[in-house]
Amino acid sequence: MEYKLTFKDYNEALKQNKLLGLKCNDCGTVTVPPKMVCRKCSSPNMEVIELKGTGKIQTFTTCNVAPEGRESEVPYVILLVELDEGPWVMGNLTGIDPAAASMELIGKKVKMTGNAVFPGDKYSAGDGARPLFSLVA
Amino acid sequence: MRKVAVVGVGETKFSGAQEKTSVELFGEAAAEAIAESNLKPKDIQALFLGNVLGDFSEGQGSVQAFAAESIGCAGIPANRYEGACASASMAVRDAFMWVASGFYDIVLAGGVERAATMGTALATRTFSMFSDSRYEFPSGITFPAVFAMLAHLYSAKYGIPLEKLKEQMAVVSVQSYKYGMFNPKAHLRKEVTVEAVLNSFMVSTPLQLHDCCPFSDGAAALVLASEEVAKKLTSKPVYIIGVGQASGGPLVSQQEYLPRLRAREISSKQAYDMAGVTPQDIDVCELHDCFSIASLIAAESLGFFEFGKAGEAWMKGEADIGGKVAINPSGGLKSKGHPIGATGAGQVYEITKQLRGEVEPERQVEGAKIGMTDTLGGDGSTLVNMILERGW
Repeated sequence: MEYKLTFKDYNEALKQNKLLGLKCNDCGTVTVPPKMVCRKCSSPNMEVIELKGTGKIQTFTTCNVAPEGRESEVPYVILLVELDEGPWVMGNLTGIDPAAASMELIGKKVKMTGNAVFPGDKYSAGDGARPLFSLVA
Repeated sequence: MRKVAVVGVGETKFSGAQEKTSVELFGEAAAEAIAESNLKPKDIQALFLGNVLGDFSEGQGSVQAFAAESIGCAGIPANRYEGACASASMAVRDAFMWVASGFYDIVLAGGVERAATMGTALATRTFSMFSDSRYEFPSGITFPAVFAMLAHLYSAKYGIPLEKLKEQMAVVSVQSYKYGMFNPKAHLRKEVTVEAVLNSFMVSTPLQLHDCCPFSDGAAALVLASEEVAKKLTSKPVYIIGVGQASGGPLVSQQEYLPRLRAREISSKQAYDMAGVTPQDIDVCELHDCFSIASLIAAESLGFFEFGKAGEAWMKGEADIGGKVAINPSGGLKSKGHPIGATGAGQVYEITKQLRGEVEPERQVEGAKIGMTDTLGGDGSTLVNMILERGW
C-alpha cells in the first residue's frame, strides 16, 4: 500500500506555502503530519486536502540552545498549534521578540504566513520546511 | 512463566566526558555484576545491551558483540537495543522475558553511553534525533524544548501559574541534588538551592539549567537468573515481578493527551497488573526525571499523585524518603546523571541496592520491599516500567 501523501510531497507543498493534510473518508478526521492511516479510526481511505493554516497556540518555548549547526538561529520560538481542522502541528512564531514570549501566547489565534526551510545537514537526508505562524490581530 | 531474579548488579560512576571506551565502561560494570552473582563470564548465555549513540560518540557500532567478547563471553548471542533514553530498560525487559520463558537461565543485561563525550552541540543534535526528524526537527526542536513546551502546557492545562510551577519544579531538582550528594556514583554531587535553580541559565523557556539533567558517560549491568538458579547464587534475590512497555508517535501526534504521555499509562498498567500491586504498594521509585517537569508528569501517570498535584506533593515532602513514595533517592537523572543507553539499567541497579538495604544511610529507604523503575525514551516514543520485590 502506498502513502497517499509522502514527506516529499508534503515538504514541496509547504515550500510553496501550502499546508497539506489527509482527510479520512470514513470518519472525517484530518491527519497531519501525514500517516498511512487515519489517526482516529486507522482507515487508509483518506484524501489529500489543503489546510487553512489557521489555529490556536497550545504551547510554546523560546529555545536558547541550538543543535549543532543551527547555533546562529537562536533564540527562536517553537509552537505547537492546534489547527482549525483539528490536528496539531509544530512550527515557529514570527513577528515577536523571542525574549518577550510569555504564557499569554497560549490560546492566541495564529495564521500560517510563510515557511522556512532547514537546509539539511549530514544526518538529515535533505532539507525540511516548517510553517511560520504569526499572531492574528 | 518462571520467576526471574536480579542476582548481581554493577555500575560505573556516571560522569562528564572521560576517556574509557564504551566497551571498557560496560566491561567494568559487567565484571562487577558477574562477580557479585558468584558467576564466571562463561556462565552467561546471552547479552542484552542498550546503547543509543555509540555510532556518533566514538564511531562504534556493534558494541554489544565486542563487549561480549572483551569480557570473556565470546560467542554468545548479543543484542543491541535502541529506544532513545529507555534503551537499557528495553534490554532488561527482553532479558527478563527470555529467562521467564525458560529459553535461558542466566543472562547479562545493561547499557552504556558516552553522551558527555560528544559535547553539548553534538549531543543536542543527536538527542533531537528522537523527535520526528522530518516534521519536527526543521522547527529547531531540541530535547529540552520538548519538555519546555510540556511545562507551559502543564501550567495552562492545570491552571497553575507559571511562577508557582517553576518553584515546584525547582524543589524537584533540589531534592534530587540532595540525594545525589550522598551517591558516590553520581555525576553532579553538589548542594543546589531553589534560588540557584531559579537563577541558572535559561535553556529553553521555562526550563533553566538546573531543571535539566546533564549529558553523562557511564554504564550499568545486571545479571538475571531463573528462580531455581538464583536461589543457588544468592541469599538476596530481587525478583522482577512486573514489566510493561509501550510506544507512542511523534509529539504533535499525541496532541490533546499532552502533557500526559499515554505510552507511560499503558506501560505502567501492564507492570502493575502483572505484579498484582497498586501505586500505594511502591516504597521506592526511580523515575525518568530528564527535566524537573518530567518528574511531575511521570509521578502523576504512575498513579502516585493526582493530575496537576505532583508539584504540591513534592513541596510537602510526599515524594521524599519518609513520604508517600520515595522518588529518586539515587539523585535521579538530574544528579546521578543520564548516560542515556545505560540509564534504565542504572535505575534497576539502584532499586536492587535499595531493596537489599545496601545504599548510603543518608539515602536508604528503610525497609523498602517493593520498588519500581520508569524509563522514558524520546518524547513518549518508548516507555518501560518494571516492578521489583525483595525475595527474602
